[in-house]
Amino acid sequence: MLEIKNLSYSVDENGVKKEILKNINLSFSDDKLYVITGNNGSGKSTLLKIIMGIEKQNEGDVLYNKKSLTNMSITERAKEGVSIAFQKPVTFKGLKVKDLLDITAGKSHNLSAMCEILSKVGLCAKDYIDRELDERLSGGEIKRIELAMALSRNAKISLFDEPEAGIDLWSFDNLTQIFSNNKNKINIVVSHQKQILSIADEIILLKNGEVVCKGEKGKVLPLLDGNGCGRLRGEQNG
Amino acid sequence: MDRIDRDLLEKVADLHKVPVGSFNIRKNGEVLARNSTKEIEIIPKENKSGINIKIKSGVKNKSVHIPVLLTLGGFKDLVYNDFYVGDNCDVTIIAGCGIHNNTCKDSQHDGIHSFHIGKNSKVKYIEKHYGSGDGEGKKILNPITKIFMKEGSQVFFESLQIEGVSSTIRKTYVKLSDNCLLNIKENILTTDSQYAKTFFKVELLGENSKCEVVSHSVAKGNSIQEFVSNVIGKNKSFGHVECDGILLDDARVISLPKIDAKSKEASLVHEAAIGKIAGEQVVKLMTLGLTEEEAQQMIIKGFLNF
Repeated sequence: MLEIKNLSYSVDENGVKKEILKNINLSFSDDKLYVITGNNGSGKSTLLKIIMGIEKQNEGDVLYNKKSLTNMSITERAKEGVSIAFQKPVTFKGLKVKDLLDITAGKSHNLSAMCEILSKVGLCAKDYIDRELDERLSGGEIKRIELAMALSRNAKISLFDEPEAGIDLWSFDNLTQIFSNNKNKINIVVSHQKQILSIADEIILLKNGEVVCKGEKGKVLPLLDGNGCGRLRGEQNG
Repeated sequence: MDRIDRDLLEKVADLHKVPVGSFNIRKNGEVLARNSTKEIEIIPKENKSGINIKIKSGVKNKSVHIPVLLTLGGFKDLVYNDFYVGDNCDVTIIAGCGIHNNTCKDSQHDGIHSFHIGKNSKVKYIEKHYGSGDGEGKKILNPITKIFMKEGSQVFFESLQIEGVSSTIRKTYVKLSDNCLLNIKENILTTDSQYAKTFFKVELLGENSKCEVVSHSVAKGNSIQEFVSNVIGKNKSFGHVECDGILLDDARVISLPKIDAKSKEASLVHEAAIGKIAGEQVVKLMTLGLTEEEAQQMIIKGFLNF
């Protein structure tokens, strides 16, 4: 069980305090897929970064199985079983796909193990493991490798920030399959995408840094705008 | 060979023992071991220090090792090595110099190399430089490499400065004929108060000649690195120069890439980026379980391809 208690986060913008997240209280149970939705700037990505330890909240606590993660570094949280796939993946000049997959598992993979990992995202290991994870790969390829790295960590808490962004020709069905297969773990996905919302166990809607509504998909989905734009029905843009 | 020799040989030529085939191991200005084969002949020069390496036309999948070791403080070694590669060859040449200096006097090795590459031949040339020893004496390497490429030939030149070289000025001159391909990868690490300057002049003389020069440098401590390149397109040709530097501590990297399209048909590109390690790269590796320090080491290791 992952719990977020009374969590607030603000930044200083030219001397003015800007609140990004306001008094967030959420709990995530094991073996469930949560989709966080909301307009741009609603604080979704920031919430994931706080869980991973990349940003630090001003107030409140993040607990995993009653143990506080708040004072843990990114590395300590990673070792505790938290993983993240970024919306815009980071590239590296000189580091090969296989180097990165080895880091994710903390051991050297053989070809068949790499095949197993990369085939989950529709890539053939032979074509990729010796390539550098740099801009010579397409945006879609980089994004899929990012997802593969996150999946290969066998994390207890998997965070995915807009996994569908830039996925190119690879079909959505494959992507949703990934989350459906990633069982017995806490999966938290940030997305606007209707198809991803439709496979959620629970949906959380954020607006201007606050939780507007949350609950089982069957309850929340009918309340949302049919276009899946991350807002309630009848609400105006922005 | 003693322990220091073996260590240097391993570092600069990946050799754990005397290699098979053609080789020439030079130590402190003398020949330590040499072997010539019918296909790759090594002939000492008569009028000056150095060797001629003659590779017969059609020789494929063969390699030649010509490492240099310098273990005497205060010794200055100047050597001229000339390679004559026949037509239609496919060979690997492994050079490199290791200096061990435990004294307070400077040690220096200047290797002046020329390569005459025959038609349609493919040559991979690997040169590694390494310094060890705790003496105050500097370990200096100033190589000059001249490459003349005949029609349809390809040269893949990997130049690595692993560590421990106090000062280096390396100059490389290449002339390409029709349909030639030149690929240069340079990876240099400097630390403390070391200095490294590399200079490339590439003349794309032939039609459809192509060159790619990629330099990756990591500068630590107070070290300074300078990258100067001049790619001249005199025909329908393509040239790409890339210089990336990672800075740590108080180090400095200066990049001066010049491209000069003397033909309207030439297409030349240069890119240069210098800066500290990208914070987002460190964060990404930390999210995979590495500590901040491990992440930085991993990024540098990959960047330098060590």
